Amino acid sequence: MSTSEPAVICRDVVKTYGKGEIAVRALKGVSLEARFGELLMIVGPSGCGKTTLLSVMCGTLRADSGTIELFGKSISSMPERELTAFRARNVGFIFQQFNLVPTLTAQENVSIPRLLNGAPYATAQQDAGAMLAQVGLGGREKSFPSQMSGGQQQRVAISRAMVHQPRLVICDEPTASLDAAAGQRAMDLLRESARHPDRCVIVVTHDSRIFHYADRIVEMDDGLVTASQTASDYLRDHPHPHPQPKSHA
Amino acid sequence: MFRIALLMLFRDKAKYAMLISGLTFCSLLMSQQAGVFCGIMMWTTATLRNISSPVWVVDAKVQQINEVISLRDIDVQRVRSLPGVAWAVPLFWGIVQARLPDGSFQAIQLTGLDSSSFTGRPAVMLEGRVEDLRLPNSVIVDQVALEKLHRKGIDARIGTTFEINDEEARIVGICHTERSFLGQPYVYTTYERALQYMPAQRKMLAYVLAEPKPGVSPQEVVRQVNALPGLRAFDHDTFFRETMIWYIKNTGIPVSFGTVVLMGIIVGIAIAGQTFYLFVHDNLRYLAALKAMGAGTTKLVGMVLLQAFTTGFIGYGLGLGLAAIFGNSVLRNGTPPFYMPWQVPVFVGVVIALICSFSAAIGVAKVARLEAATVFK
Ligand SMILES: Nc1ncnc2c1ncn2[C@@H]1O[C@H](COP(=O)(O)OP(=O)(O)O)[C@@H](O)[C@H]1O
Ligand SMILES: [Mg+2]
Repeated sequence: MSTSEPAVICRDVVKTYGKGEIAVRALKGVSLEARFGELLMIVGPSGCGKTTLLSVMCGTLRADSGTIELFGKSISSMPERELTAFRARNVGFIFQQFNLVPTLTAQENVSIPRLLNGAPYATAQQDAGAMLAQVGLGGREKSFPSQMSGGQQQRVAISRAMVHQPRLVICDEPTASLDAAAGQRAMDLLRESARHPDRCVIVVTHDSRIFHYADRIVEMDDGLVTASQTASDYLRDHPHPHPQPKSHA
Repeated sequence: MFRIALLMLFRDKAKYAMLISGLTFCSLLMSQQAGVFCGIMMWTTATLRNISSPVWVVDAKVQQINEVISLRDIDVQRVRSLPGVAWAVPLFWGIVQARLPDGSFQAIQLTGLDSSSFTGRPAVMLEGRVEDLRLPNSVIVDQVALEKLHRKGIDARIGTTFEINDEEARIVGICHTERSFLGQPYVYTTYERALQYMPAQRKMLAYVLAEPKPGVSPQEVVRQVNALPGLRAFDHDTFFRETMIWYIKNTGIPVSFGTVVLMGIIVGIAIAGQTFYLFVHDNLRYLAALKAMGAGTTKLVGMVLLQAFTTGFIGYGLGLGLAAIFGNSVLRNGTPPFYMPWQVPVFVGVVIALICSFSAAIGVAKVARLEAATVFK
């Protein structure tokens, strides 16, 4: 499969919160593409519409207008029930606040996407255990989130996002709650996972310490995409104080 | 995912314990109170169960079995002459003071049976024979009498004597009866001897017990009796029902028990509803994450319902179990009365199910309105 196949296509996406005087136009006509085998970063100042774009892209939020295609399928007109099942099959999520269920062990948390896709409980646990081993958490299967560090919790969350082999992984500020080392570790895993030819990883962030992990960086401002460049071009144009390894992609 | 839902419930130990104890308390309170209530209702109809007769003829003003208005001797004849009646016998029924061997007095329920048929005889004889009532001065007493005597240090047995209005009464048999509302011991004798024991008083021909002819229904005999002025008849089941209804309408018993049951329901709703609300509320963020990850509303609602009804089921079981333990221990003492017909567990189950539905509805409403997108906030 070609690594330049578009996994996600957004065209002229508009999203307004509220009505009348208090209406906030969060997306004012956003168009972008993300390809398989690519780690795409969406960057921009707080409030520019990054989270809204992610939500609309995976269908947890409906756009007002514009079209969104995932893997060649338009989700804009998909019925809610079908969209939910589609998301369960094809999308993995990583949140800033991890959102691990505190009363479930690491393994149980990770097994959820497999269970949502109809795997038997034992199989789901097995897959979850294998996934945790892959992110270096072998032996911590029975730990509860509260017994783990932030970095470990995010690695559990990454396992949860990957366990069902989704084609699209979306991450909203995955490193914002982590220290630098844990953030790098998490990004290493995401970077690795994006090498899969059937996968596309989209990371929303304003953490400049991780920009160099991207293949491409899309810049947003005030509800619009203002630029789209390769990571190396972006870093050349936006020099900043963090030390960077030379190249990643 | 249902297993995950249960894990989320059981591991939230504080809330789970709170939910279970609230629902247990609620179903214990309801079934225990309902059991005592039914027990009291059974007391009120003890006579009907201790004296078996298909048709009971009483004074026209009588509404329930514990209301005693004496009939006239002629009334027995009037009932006998009805076309549907095979036979009819009088039953003497009066409360009288018995003088015990130690000189103390004890109120007894003196029951005088027709001496040829012994209609209305005790259903369960523990010792002796009913026919021995044909012997001079003989009586049969029940287990309640033995207990009362025993408490006074008198070990009564066959042959023990006491006095009723200066007449000797000798125990020739011991029977088992169901405790009556007032709790007096039953003392059985013949109709004629009962009149001897209570000569000074107005005769207590409280009931005429009648048997329909073969092929005639008790209801038909009841109709025939009711046509006679001054008399009224009940078949066994109607008398039972009318007596219960009378107590429910005319005493504070149902209100006082009903109040406690209602309190149980309110406490149940308050504790379970509130705790479950908190439980769902605290998990809302994770439920939103599940929704984003592809758990449909139906699935999430199913999880919430499962959680609510699991706690309900466990609380119901524990509450009913505790009520049974309570019932078992009080049944040995006889007071308070306890009787749990199948309607009680069903009623309590329905109430618990309603409480769970109510609690779940709060959670379901929250989950249904949940925006998956909020998970990114
Ligand atoms: N649920 C909402 N209701 C109203 N306004 C919202 C809501 N979510 C986001 N917004 C507004 O939309 C804009 C874009 O928000 P968001 O997509 O969260 O930005 P970012 O993720 O880039 O910080 C902001 O002005 C924000 O205040
Ligand atoms: Mg955001």
